[in-house]
Amino acid sequence: MNRLFQWFDARLPISSFWNAHLAQYYVPKNFNIWYFFGSLALTVFVIQIVSGIWLTMNYKPSAAEAFASVEYIMRDVEWGWLIRYMHSTGASAFFIVIYLHMMRGLMYGSYKNPRELIWIFGMLIYVVLMAEAFMGYLLPWGQMSYWGAQVIISLFGAIPFVGPDLALWIRGDYVVGDATLNRFFALHVIALPLILLFLIGGHIMALHEVGSNNPEGIDIKKHKDANGKPLDGVAFHPYYTVKDLVGVAVFLFFFAIVVFYMPEMGGYFLEKPNFIPANPMQTPEHIAPVWYFTPFYAILRAVPDKFLGVMAMGGAIFVLFLLPWLDRNPVKSIRYRSNTFKALLAMFVISFIVLGWLGMQPVTPLLTFMAQFFTILYFGYFVALWWMSKNEKTKPVPERITR
Amino acid sequence: MSTLKNRAIWGAISAACLALFAMLASPVHAAGGHVAGLVKAEIDLGDTASLQRGAQIFVDRCLSCHSANLMRYNRIGQDLGLSDEEVKARLIRGAEVKIGSTMQSTMPAALAKTAFGVVPPDLSLTARARGSDWLYSYLRAFYVDPARPLGVNNLVFKDVGMPNVFWREQGEQVLSKDAHGVEALSLAKPGSMSPAEFDGMIGDLVGFMTYMAEPAVLQRKSLGFWVLGFLAALFVLLFLLKQEYWRDIKK
Repeated sequence: MNRLFQWFDARLPISSFWNAHLAQYYVPKNFNIWYFFGSLALTVFVIQIVSGIWLTMNYKPSAAEAFASVEYIMRDVEWGWLIRYMHSTGASAFFIVIYLHMMRGLMYGSYKNPRELIWIFGMLIYVVLMAEAFMGYLLPWGQMSYWGAQVIISLFGAIPFVGPDLALWIRGDYVVGDATLNRFFALHVIALPLILLFLIGGHIMALHEVGSNNPEGIDIKKHKDANGKPLDGVAFHPYYTVKDLVGVAVFLFFFAIVVFYMPEMGGYFLEKPNFIPANPMQTPEHIAPVWYFTPFYAILRAVPDKFLGVMAMGGAIFVLFLLPWLDRNPVKSIRYRSNTFKALLAMFVISFIVLGWLGMQPVTPLLTFMAQFFTILYFGYFVALWWMSKNEKTKPVPERITR
Repeated sequence: MSTLKNRAIWGAISAACLALFAMLASPVHAAGGHVAGLVKAEIDLGDTASLQRGAQIFVDRCLSCHSANLMRYNRIGQDLGLSDEEVKARLIRGAEVKIGSTMQSTMPAALAKTAFGVVPPDLSLTARARGSDWLYSYLRAFYVDPARPLGVNNLVFKDVGMPNVFWREQGEQVLSKDAHGVEALSLAKPGSMSPAEFDGMIGDLVGFMTYMAEPAVLQRKSLGFWVLGFLAALFVLLFLLKQEYWRDIKK
């Protein structure tokens, strides 16, 4: 057995890879609860891939058959309902986990030098994930699938000159139809997951090159023992593999509560109108995207002009890419930053949540005003951060991890 | 001192995150959680006898015009404790209909279109698309309205094309408005059932339609208990494992 391993190890970097990324990869010992969401995102990714493969075995990507094939999975396929609920719950769980993972980055300055590229990879993952979720949402071919896609694709039509042709090119038809469903299926099951896989690989490789940040924002590589092992670090394996597994168990517990007891999550994870087959002749009373898109949808609706609204929505995502350069303060952790920064971050989080709520509501003058107000606060965070971070009064950062 | 301030801001941030979860956990009102004006449907999916009665009413009264073409007869039997013979005798109309068939309307679509102006919608998923409370309220909200072609209107679904198929049991309701314009229904002519009996029957029907919209509902709730139990036990084991490994790491 050992000789067999030796044979392979001489021909494939098994043990060197294991050591470089697990057994001798050192991680700060002071991770708190916020640091579970990276491994949880990977867990959800695996759940989605595996449940997706089994869904594909029975799903029919055709406008005539898609809706009935999803119900066939729900009713006639052995364990089909469980696989489908895992996938639909997984989509929302992915965004919950990713949003919390990004929140961790905002709080502890994980996007800062030398981790800018990790943040860029992460943002790319987030954007591709949004495309992946959007295209997956069309596949059940319910009313909300259909009209949601119709609305979102029509946004591309607002771009001057090329817009209408671009929207037509995306749809492959003058309205969302069979051609749209087929290409979205292809992108959802092959193209985008593949891109996600590469981006996740890049995200983790870039992380392992510079090492993890931590709640103190201290660089553990500054203090090493005689063997070159960081004094405040522990080996990822076994310490963080066993710790992350605890997080996975807790996550799966809550995940299972949703899957088995509230798969629709009160209309948030599975929207009621999506139990009516797509009908191009009948627009639903109220079209709202799924909850994870609603903050950006609220920003879109807050701007009176359609094209400028699309720009604002795109800008709301794009500005996050610039975060490593907008925040000019070298102190990473929120623990050693000024109260102004803490207040700003709180304002940003509240704006994002309120915008998310507003994006689900029908349009009224008061709500539109609120959406405009919180859109300004959302962008205001980045402006104020750039402004105040240059000469921010911070607390001294300790040399070593003591708590 | 500064840690105290830290705590306060930390608290604010955690509260914001909690608010996000709370928002997620509360039902969407616009999408038909418990919408104002609807009556809560008293249904118990654990009551097999009620579901069996509901299936009977559905077959006798609804399938004359509607279909449920995602629901198979033998699946009803398996889930509601009926043998294939019982399903054939009690629920299936027509010798040519097989036990594994889906529930088709006895009225041809073309005829239905002539009679009602539209083909009556398929009812397989109505309880999920509209909600059980909506169905329960709707079926009890017909009233006499001579202005309509079929002589009835509905308070929940205005100008609906469907007749009140339960008028014999329910009796005739009339619409009245009070001084504030608030609309209410009252029983002008009693039917063959008392209001309580009638509500019970509609409850059975809505219970069955709720089951029909998601047959897996009966399995998932009982299976969920074991899955959660397993995960709880797994958590305890993994937590102890983690504690064991981390014992030698100095804080």
